[in-house]
Amino acid sequence: MSAQPIAENLFTSDMSALVGARNKETGHIFFPLPLTPNDNIEPIALASRGTVWTYTVQRFPPKTPYAGPADPETFKPYVVAYVSLPEQTMVESRLTGIEPEDVKIGMEVELTAIPLDPDAPPSEQVLIHAFKPVQGE
Amino acid sequence: MSDVCIVGAGIHPFGRTEGRDGMDQGVYAVKQALKDTGVSWEDIEFAFGGSAASGAADTMVSQLGLTGIQFINVSNGCATGGSALNAAASAIKSGEYEIGMAVGFDKHPRGAFNADPASYGLPNWYGEAGYMLTTQFFGAKIMRYLHEHNLSTETLGRIAEKAFRNGAKTDHAWRRSEVDLETIMNAPMISDPLNKYMFCSPAEGAVALILASEKKAKELGMPMIRLKTSVMRTRPPGSFEVFAASIDVERGGTATELAAKAAFEQAGMGPEDIDVAQLQDTEAGAEIMHMAENGFCAHGDQEQWLIEGKTEIHGELPVNTDGGCLACGEPIGASGLRQVYENVMQLRGTAGARQVPGDPKTGYTQVYGAPGVSAVTILQR
Repeated sequence: MSAQPIAENLFTSDMSALVGARNKETGHIFFPLPLTPNDNIEPIALASRGTVWTYTVQRFPPKTPYAGPADPETFKPYVVAYVSLPEQTMVESRLTGIEPEDVKIGMEVELTAIPLDPDAPPSEQVLIHAFKPVQGE
Repeated sequence: MSDVCIVGAGIHPFGRTEGRDGMDQGVYAVKQALKDTGVSWEDIEFAFGGSAASGAADTMVSQLGLTGIQFINVSNGCATGGSALNAAASAIKSGEYEIGMAVGFDKHPRGAFNADPASYGLPNWYGEAGYMLTTQFFGAKIMRYLHEHNLSTETLGRIAEKAFRNGAKTDHAWRRSEVDLETIMNAPMISDPLNKYMFCSPAEGAVALILASEKKAKELGMPMIRLKTSVMRTRPPGSFEVFAASIDVERGGTATELAAKAAFEQAGMGPEDIDVAQLQDTEAGAEIMHMAENGFCAHGDQEQWLIEGKTEIHGELPVNTDGGCLACGEPIGASGLRQVYENVMQLRGTAGARQVPGDPKTGYTQVYGAPGVSAVTILQR
């Protein structure tokens, strides 16, 4: 079996977009889908491109419930950003394909999926959402 | 309606006290407050109290005395102390009681608070993928604020430097050594742009305040420290709070702005009337944002204020005179009441080495926390 998303209803089935939630009455869009179904909420495919609104860097290995690599000797800091998807919402997401020192507020990024633990055997890998810099535009 | 006065204040030193649990620290603070007021436990008509991690406050009666007192537990996260004070003040204002108490205490394990996604209505993947950390929220929030208002990261360092400078002068503080700006700026990063000197730590401590009607306060012969207002507010739409998997594109105000506005209206004062302020500084960025959210300066003016020393003990508006959370640590249930304790000391003129000069007459406190709550008090002598 190949790598699987970390949770159902996080990505659309073709992995091309994150699944957000839209309130049918107010039009308010947020992420992710609520844990319990609600008649007023419908799933919506979120935009796959946006801009970095803010970010920080996770410099130390988190404690449980974190399930990624947490060995203090080999821990690799990761960037956590809020990515603004125009007229939808701002999604909290890791950034990938960029060093923390190079991240800039306002930079354009697009959705991808990355393994939570790149060193895990392929059959055991779980995929989480991340955004990467848009190349060559 | 009679004013409510703070007639007594007690504190158990903040930081780490091996072998004494949170509740015992609470009892210690209550005894200090009773002694300070010159009354006995039997004289106290009611109490509101709480802790986040150290048990139900009302069980204190087994140590303080089984007087049959009305003792109501308050559980309001970071606003627990502020809410207890708020409730105690209302009880006296109603005219039903003459003298009562607000108490808050806590003792947390070392290291960042460990949170469970389900208790915040979040899916498990949120924690598993590494987002369930309060430190990330603080880093991301102040990163945006510094960017929007063109403030340097050194502004954060100046806040921390001041906190440790004031903490070194404060008996109840935990961090009692000064740290210079260069050392602070070169410390290991925790969650950019915040490094290890810019975060407070979960800690231990307790504060008890005794409140009385104006009439009762006069009888007791205590300095008349009036609680002009005590306000608690929750978040408006579009605020930026901890553990948010998404935030609205359309940005809104903050719970602190709502609480500050209501408090100044109720007290019939403005920011310019305040002589000393204690503002929530969970991390250095919080103090920067709260200087503006409470109305003391414009957004973006903070760096200049710090360079000019306006918020130093000898400045125009001293802020966090006891070193705040950065120097005292943050026992959740006690933290908001510590701010009020500090202002009582400042207005009485008994703050010792950290005393604000010029006979301060008004003191402002603001506590902020998850999930978007803010509580403000204004004291006047």
